[in-house]
Amino acid sequence: MTSHVKIRLASERVNHSVPTNRELPRFYTPGEVVTGMEDFMRGHGTYASDDCLKASVAGVMQKVNKLICVRPLKNRYVGEIGDVVVGRVLEVQQRRWKVETNSRLDSVLQLSSVNLPGGELRRRSAEDEQMMRKHLQEGDLISAEVQSVFSDGSLSLHTRSLKYGKLSQGILMKVFPSLIKRRKNHFHNLPCGISVIIGNNGYIWISPPEQNNLVEEEKDEIVNVEVQCISRSDRETMARVRNCIAALVASKMLLDDTSIMFAYEESLKYDNVKELLDPEAMLDVAFLTQHRINNVLEE
Amino acid sequence: MSSDFNVKRPGLELLSSQGLRLDGRRPNELRRIQCKLGVFTQPDGSAYIEQGNTKVLAAVYGPHQAAKSKSLQDSVVINCQYSMATFSTGERKKRPRGGRKSEAISMQLTQAITTAIKKELYPRSQIDVYLEVLQADGGAYSASVNAATLALIDAGIPMKAYLCSCTASIAWKDGKPEPLVDVSHVEESAGGSVLTVSSLPSINSVAWVDMSQRLHADYLSVVMKRAMQGCRDIEVILDKAVREHLGESWTMSDDAVAI
Repeated sequence: MTSHVKIRLASERVNHSVPTNRELPRFYTPGEVVTGMEDFMRGHGTYASDDCLKASVAGVMQKVNKLICVRPLKNRYVGEIGDVVVGRVLEVQQRRWKVETNSRLDSVLQLSSVNLPGGELRRRSAEDEQMMRKHLQEGDLISAEVQSVFSDGSLSLHTRSLKYGKLSQGILMKVFPSLIKRRKNHFHNLPCGISVIIGNNGYIWISPPEQNNLVEEEKDEIVNVEVQCISRSDRETMARVRNCIAALVASKMLLDDTSIMFAYEESLKYDNVKELLDPEAMLDVAFLTQHRINNVLEE
Repeated sequence: MSSDFNVKRPGLELLSSQGLRLDGRRPNELRRIQCKLGVFTQPDGSAYIEQGNTKVLAAVYGPHQAAKSKSLQDSVVINCQYSMATFSTGERKKRPRGGRKSEAISMQLTQAITTAIKKELYPRSQIDVYLEVLQADGGAYSASVNAATLALIDAGIPMKAYLCSCTASIAWKDGKPEPLVDVSHVEESAGGSVLTVSSLPSINSVAWVDMSQRLHADYLSVVMKRAMQGCRDIEVILDKAVREHLGESWTMSDDAVAI
């Protein structure tokens, strides 16, 4: 078997930054004095010492009235109520699942906050507790919404809607959470026939279009979505979407349905999906996408 | 008194008659430092630093949920792992990760890093710092601390200030002591004791100090001063690197403009 291997010199490394016409904000670095204390409130990324407010992370300052925060370029996901997240089940415990969501503590999914077959108002019996592993197993991927945030910052999730729940076939991508643009809707069916879930926690789920809605019909049993055969063209499109997202991430561009779709359209000039893994092609796609976004913004 | 204490004066020939060191530096000059943040995509933060020929890679994972046995109710657990590559020194040698020497250095690194991080912000969490020395040419510990600082900043972990580390040693010129900053491997092995200082220069506090051999108390203050000056110089370099990195990566964020 022969394969195509490309080894490039370190000096030929591609710089992925896409030029924008924006001016760079003022950066603060750890230990730097942000302001004399007086009448400001200490927010995230700052601390008070010697009557000054100092930055504790490297990033930009954000001021809301008297509250001063310094936001770093990247950090772990900090959950907010109502966020859509994608996570992986780590553990099945008493009446709850532990879910890894890229936040700094593991999240919890209570048995009482999932939709079990038999309607909303069903009581959770001991049997249900024993059936938990049938419903969600260790290693399963789920999409969920943040229900509440505990005092220590860990999240409580819920899947009380048909759009949330177990994810079966698709690609998971992990990017850093600050690249995700907050939107009303994080579930998208792209025009290219692929559905993506852009989790606020930086996990992106790319899945083939749903062929038929199994969920609606089999309400009486615990739903186990059957493994279906995905056509080659669908898989190629999914791979292309994934590579487009990777290109946008390499250039640190914000992700939402528009930017992904623009990148997808720009990438169509590369026939072979794997060409998109070339740094030059990635930069090209990101550059063209940025250009289109700028055009849209100007209009 | 000091003259008969130092019967054998180590490092006698470390300075040339012009007052230059073996590699051509002046006594107060650092080696060239080159660094880069965000070298990996998988960890939360990563950095690479070259101090002369000493090269270190650092990767930071976390803060994430700590293992139940280790977890602390009111602060974060810092877990450091220091290792040297087989090819990092002149002789090729297998260095087991859990070896006694690297274990000891891991402990020292953990202590130094713990002083700089704002631990109380992340209860029940853990931060893992992995350091790999690719080439050791003196001051591997110092370079590791500096690399860890950069990686922690890249991961967005709150710190009180930059944690910088620098070594210093002593040499004699015309019978007078002359402290040397940022000691290279040749100077290290030529004798004299090496003082390693990790400090937070911008808040004037020392995180960790180590001395490899005995040094006369009379000289301690000058050597210490030189090492602290080295730390301050390094802080400037690290700060510049961080700002450059932010400038390159900050192409996004429309809310950053809205301020």
